[in-house]
This record gives sequence, C-alpha cells and structure tokens, in this order.
Amino acid sequence: MTAETPLCPECDAEVEIPSDAMENELLACAECGSELEIMSLSPLELELAPEVEEDWGE
Amino acid sequence: MRVALLVTHIRAEEKLLLAAFNSRGINPEVILDRELNFDVSRGPEQRAPSGRAWRGYDLVFERCVSTSRGMYALAVLNSWGVRTFNSYETAAICSDKLRTSVALTQHGVPQPHTRVAFTPASAMQAIEDVKYPAVLKPVTGSWGRLLARVHNRDSAEAILEHRQTLGDYNHHIYYVQEYVDKPGRDIRAFVVGDRTIAAIYRASNHWITNTARGGQATNCPVTAPVNEICLRAAEAVGGGILAIDLLEDAQGNCVVNEINHTMEFRNSSEPTGVDIAQEVIDFVIQQIEVMA
Repeated sequence: MTAETPLCPECDAEVEIPSDAMENELLACAECGSELEIMSLSPLELELAPEVEEDWGE
Repeated sequence: MRVALLVTHIRAEEKLLLAAFNSRGINPEVILDRELNFDVSRGPEQRAPSGRAWRGYDLVFERCVSTSRGMYALAVLNSWGVRTFNSYETAAICSDKLRTSVALTQHGVPQPHTRVAFTPASAMQAIEDVKYPAVLKPVTGSWGRLLARVHNRDSAEAILEHRQTLGDYNHHIYYVQEYVDKPGRDIRAFVVGDRTIAAIYRASNHWITNTARGGQATNCPVTAPVNEICLRAAEAVGGGILAIDLLEDAQGNCVVNEINHTMEFRNSSEPTGVDIAQEVIDFVIQQIEVMA
C-alpha cells in the first residue's frame, strides 16, 4: 500500500484501488464489504455508494 | 464520432463498454445522471454536464442503473431529436412489466398467463383466476426484488394486505402471472439489433433464478426457436439492445418472462464465449454510421 491508499469510509480499512480505476466506479471494501464509489482519482476519494433504490435495476 | 455514456455510476458493464468503444478508437464522454438538469423546452443547444451541447453528440448511450432517471432522460433527449440507445419508447415499455405484457400480446409473442387488477379484492380474484401457485410482481423493479410465489389463499391475503398497507401506489397495481414450472433454470438471451448474439441458462435451486440472486450462468445454445422468440419479443418492444428472459414450460416451449433494456452481462461473456460488450458497441457504431 502507498500513501495514496484510501481508507474505507465505513470501517477505516485500506482499500486497494485497481490500476484501471475510473471516477464514479463502484468497488467493494474487502474488509467490511461496503459498496464504495470512487468520487475522485486525484486525490483519491471514496464515499459510500448510494443505497439501492426501488427503481434500480436492468 | 461523439458519444455520451449516461450512467448512474460505473459498474463492471460500463467499464467493459467503455473499453469496447476505446478499442474502436472512440472515447465516450461519461455523463452522470445525478448532474442532469434539463431545461425541457430549450432544446439540444443547451449544454450537457460535460460542457458540450447535447446536439453535439452523435449518440447518447443510456446505461443508468436508475430506471426512472434513464427513462426520463431518454424522453427529453428523444423529444429534441437526440439519438439514443435504447429509445425512450423501448425503455418505457421494458421498464414496466404490464406495458411489456401488452406489447407482447399485441405482437402475438408467447408469455405466461398474465392478469392485472387494482384492488386487493380484485387482485385476489386475479390470483385465483390464474390458479395457485401464482406469481405477484411489482410492475417496476428488477433483480428479482419483491416477487412473491403465492401458494394458497392465506398467503395471498397476507401479501395483498402488506402491499396495500405498506407499499406506495406502484404496489397497488397487482400484476399477477401463472407460475411456470420451469426446470430449475431460465434463459437469458441477448439481442443486439436483429441478432440473438448469445444466451445463458441461469440455474438455481430457488425459484428466482436471477444471477443477482445467485443464479449460476452456463452457456445456452441459441437454437432456432430461442432466436425466433427473442427477435419477436425484441421487435414487440421497439428493438434495440435487450436482454430477453425466457421460461421453459413442461413441454420445453419458451415463453417470454420479461425484457431488460439496460442489461447486465458481466457474468455472461465467459460462459458463452461471446464478447457481449464488443458486440453491443460494434452494433452501436454501425447504427451511428447508418444514421449519419
């Protein structure tokens, strides 16, 4: 992990960011399983992803 | 070629689609639905959140996980003449199970026996008309949420009371289908334009077989009957880029269960050996070139 490694906003675990990550991409915290959204790549910022809403789907 | 990808956020599918565009030398501009703020009457000269006028896009590819945001964005964009995939009309039909059933009926496409009612009393009658077990579904919704298989009058009464008391008005539209006793699986087929490019079986011990609910995906050969019903179903809802869910009845005949217009496919390319994202994007690019 580097100094850039962000922390999970839910459990404070370090979250590994894939090398091809994109802004607004969803990923899961490996520690607590929370779904996170990459809000910014530079600087790296994570937020909890929005809760699933009733109209979400395919 | 200028393309906008309209999203709620970036899922695995959107990354695959962006990579597929990139492989063809196209770099779409990603637009977040949370940033939309349309002046409905002002038209496509106004700027998208990207800073570019909507008129400047050859195509807006809608991939919102929020069905309502995506559908209404398509309504506005299509009203201005902005080309989109899918169209508003297709999205509006597919996002509503009742409208899908009506469209399938109009086009003579086989589907489970379906009724709709608007009060608990008439819904109870509808359930008994299709006979137990019956399936109750919300008219909007996805990923197998809030489906109920109803085995008897007691459970029907309980579910109807809960929906009437706890649900908003959407849950007071009682969409009732016969239960199709499928062989532990359903079929999801992917239609791109006038081709069924791939299909998977979704197997589960649970009667709900969505992969979002743990259904296991394996390749399903696209036989002539599967291809035929899928293309007819796609045509019924206006065509485009669609996932057709089929149920096999006891005789092995297929009926259309539902149709999805912003399909997920992350688990489907590997078992089928079909690069679904690339197939979709090559079709989109071809359509842009045809429309130019």
